[in-house]
Parts: sequence; structure tokens; C-alpha cells
Amino acid sequence: MIEMQDIWKTYPDGTTALQGVNVVIDRNEFVYIVGPSGAGKSTFMKLIYREEVPTKGQISVNGFNIGKLKHRKIPYVRRNIGVIFQDYKLLPKLSAFENVAFAMEVIETPRRTIRRRTMEVLELVGLKHKANSLPAQLSGGEQQRVAIARAIVNSPAVIVADEPTGNLDPETSWGIMNLLEEINFRGTTIVMATHNKEIVNTLRKRVIAIERGSIVRDQLRGDYGYEI
Amino acid sequence: MKFSTVARHIREGFKNVGRNGWMTFASVSSIAVSLFILGIFMLLALNVNKLADQLDSQVQINVYLQLDTVKAKSDAIERSIKRIPEVKSVTFVSKDEGLKRFRESMGADGKDALDGYEKENNPLPDSFEVEAFDPQKVSFIAKQIEALNLTDPAKSITKVKYGKETIEKLFSITNAVRNIGIFIVLGLAVMAMFLISTTIKMTIIARRREISIMKLVGATNSFIRWPFFIEGAIIGFGGSFISSAILMYGYSQLVRTTSADVGLYMIEFATVNEVRFLVGGTIVVLGTLLGIWGSTISVRRYLKV
Repeated sequence: MIEMQDIWKTYPDGTTALQGVNVVIDRNEFVYIVGPSGAGKSTFMKLIYREEVPTKGQISVNGFNIGKLKHRKIPYVRRNIGVIFQDYKLLPKLSAFENVAFAMEVIETPRRTIRRRTMEVLELVGLKHKANSLPAQLSGGEQQRVAIARAIVNSPAVIVADEPTGNLDPETSWGIMNLLEEINFRGTTIVMATHNKEIVNTLRKRVIAIERGSIVRDQLRGDYGYEI
Repeated sequence: MKFSTVARHIREGFKNVGRNGWMTFASVSSIAVSLFILGIFMLLALNVNKLADQLDSQVQINVYLQLDTVKAKSDAIERSIKRIPEVKSVTFVSKDEGLKRFRESMGADGKDALDGYEKENNPLPDSFEVEAFDPQKVSFIAKQIEALNLTDPAKSITKVKYGKETIEKLFSITNAVRNIGIFIVLGLAVMAMFLISTTIKMTIIARRREISIMKLVGATNSFIRWPFFIEGAIIGFGGSFISSAILMYGYSQLVRTTSADVGLYMIEFATVNEVRFLVGGTIVVLGTLLGIWGSTISVRRYLKV
């Protein structure tokens, strides 16, 4: 599903974020990416949804060679990848419904299908009753659930979640994790960067640890491994 | 692009106008105000131009003949003048007609003073009034008419008069006024463009984050651009329509209340109908284009995420 071969990433200002990363993530896996701040986690995530391009190396996601993608084609790749962020990234002037529907409008889904599917997904994340609320009228946990609904509405092959629980209290975080686990259970690959030790140690999955731009540990059913 | 997507973009464009309430208000008013000022100067320039035209068209050449010129001779001269391509019309003014006009011009007081100068005592010569197609060619025509004497042993033409200095001064003034008018209008148009594009840019900078989110969700550039395009057109049309409506109403009121007074000086305003398309129409088209241009240019900058 995701394959990286000898990936190097140096930013224009000279910082080297990744040095020689090799990794294979299979279909239907659930992977935690852990490591200290500034270790290269975010760059790793950004490479997957093509916000950044590797300086060197090959990366393929869902069969697309992402590094060599033409600008014009980027949107089409992103449609197969659901992205979830720490700061939700919802469109502030659109309601919860419109935010989720937007992802379907982009792929020119018929309006009636959009309506049905959007309500379906909002129900799945437990926000059907808040469909018409603006993001500002929702709590952090609710906004993140809207973002998850938007990420899954087109049934993508991969979901990339960059610290999805970073801004949420523990209880809300568990709600989000249950949701992600259910989505994973339905067949979506999930790559999640996190600092949340409790979650990683409780909900055991594959753990990839990145330090100073390199993968230092890759273990199935691993633990967080860092003291906070 | 599917038809339903086109409909979606138009719907979204209209919705955005409402969603961005204050920003829309700011852009609409900046368009309305700057085009209003531009419109006022366009109206001014148009009327000055019209005034200049009216003054120009009052310019004519008077050609005076020898007192003893016979009818056949003057007819021949009239034909020669008519043959000059720049000449629009030639009117023969007989000595009797000349005296009559002279008498009228003196008013009631001098009426009797001219008694006894009729018929064979008339001291005035026959003359022609010559009008040119292009008032600027008057002095050229006058020279051509003077040249007719060269082939005429009797030298029948005594004088060709066209108020040389007055005309040249008039032309230099009207030309200057026209050029300055065009200059001011162009300058204001550039200023309006700058002001409008800045305002629209501001509204879009505020939405830079939205654009980057749309891209992350997988929207293509054109998918993002279209609603902005529609929104820009609506804002541009709205703002320019408001200013054009106020201008046209104000102008028609001005013409209605003052044309009687101004008419005394033999001057006419450009009519409301003339102005409606020239100024009102131009402003609406210009405003709409500026709205589209401003939003398209600004969005393009943030599309490279």
C-alpha cells in the first residue's frame, strides 16, 4: 500500500528531515509513527499525501509513484488518501455537512448520492444531529469527528492522521481512537503520528519510531517506548 | 466538467458572496466608490468634448467678393469652392441678404441708420458662408479659396475671413481639454483597478487557508477557481451597478433641472440616452471584468500548495 525506498528529504533552508528511510506498510495495517518532536514524523506523513516531495528516493502510495507525479495529477492521488490533522483543517464558513460533502463534490458525485452518503458518515461519527453547525459551534472532539467523516467519506484506501488527538482531552481522544479502529476494521489502512503514550501502549499496533530522520525501531504490537 | 458541477460552482459562488458578508461589502463598496469617481470624470469629459464639438461646428469661413461681381461669375466661384473636398457646404449670401442681417444685428436702435442703403446704394458685397467637414481644416480651406484668385484676372475674391487667431486659440483649448480629460479618465481607471484588485486580494488572502484545505481534500485548481470567478463577477457587477445607477439618476436630475438655464448660452448637455451606454454601460462592464480579474489573479497565487 505504502512503500518508501531510501527516502531523503532536505528542506530548502538546509534542514535534513529524513535520511534513508525504508518502509513497507501493507493494506489494512494500523501503524503508529512515534518519536520526539522534530524527528521527522510530520515530514514522513506529508510525503504520503504529497504535500512534500522527497529530495531523493522512491515512494509509492496505492500504486502511484508519488515523487514523480505531475502537479496536475496531485488532486487525483489525494482523493485516495484521507487526511486528518491535529488542527482539524475544516473550512470555517461551511457547516459540518458541507465540509464533508465538499470532499464528494470534488470528485463530481451526484448530489443525491452526496446527501445520502454524507448523512451516513456523519451518523457513523455520531454527529448527524449537528450536520448544520459551523465548525466554530462545535467542540474540538466534534470538529475532529467531522474531519474524520470528511476523510472517510470517499472510502479512501489510506488514512493519514497527524496527531489526531493532539488537541483533545483523554476521554474525547478515546472516542476518536475507537472510530479510527472501526474504520481500520472495515479495511482502511491507517498511518497515525502520535505523542500519546497511553493510546499506543493500550491499543497495541505496529509502531515505527523515527529519530533524527531515521527509523530506529519497527515492531509489531509495539509500545510507545519513550518516557514523557 | 459535468453540468451538475457547473451548477455547483455557480451556486457556491453566490453562497460565498453571503458567507463572506463583510468582505463582500468591502469589495462591493470599493468598486462602487472608485467607479463612481471614474464615472463622474467620464461624464465631465464627455460633456466638455460635446461642448468643444459645438464650438467647433460654429466655425465658418466668410468669402467676400468684389462689389461689381456678376451673377455668372459668383456662381462659378461657388462651384469651385464646392469642388474642394474638405468643404461641407457653401451658402451664397447676396448683398441684400447681407444688409438684412446687418440690420437685424444692430437691433432696434440702429434700424433706421441703414435706411437709404438699399438696392444700388448697398455698400456690402456678395459673399459665401463656407462650412468645413472638419473644423480643424478651416485655415487650409481658406488658403485654397484664396488661391482661386490666381487663375482669375478680375481677382473677384476680395477677402477670405475666418477669425484665424480665435479659431486657433479655440482649437488649442479644446484639444488640450480633450487630452487632459482622456488622461484623467485613464489615470482614474488605473487607480480604480489598483484599488479594486487590492481589496479583492485582501479578501482572498483571508481565505488562503481555505484554499489550501480544499487542495488537501483533493480539489483540482479549476474546481477551486470557478466559485471565486463567479463570486468576483457578482461582486464586480454589484458594485458597478450601484455606482452606475446612482450616476445615471444624478445625471438625469442634473440635466433636467439645469438644461433650461444652460440652453441660454447655446450649450447642450450630452443627453441621458447618449450617456447611458457610454458611461453607465462601460462602468458595469469594467466593474464586472475587474471583479473577475481581481479574484482570478489572487486565487492563482495561492493555488500552488
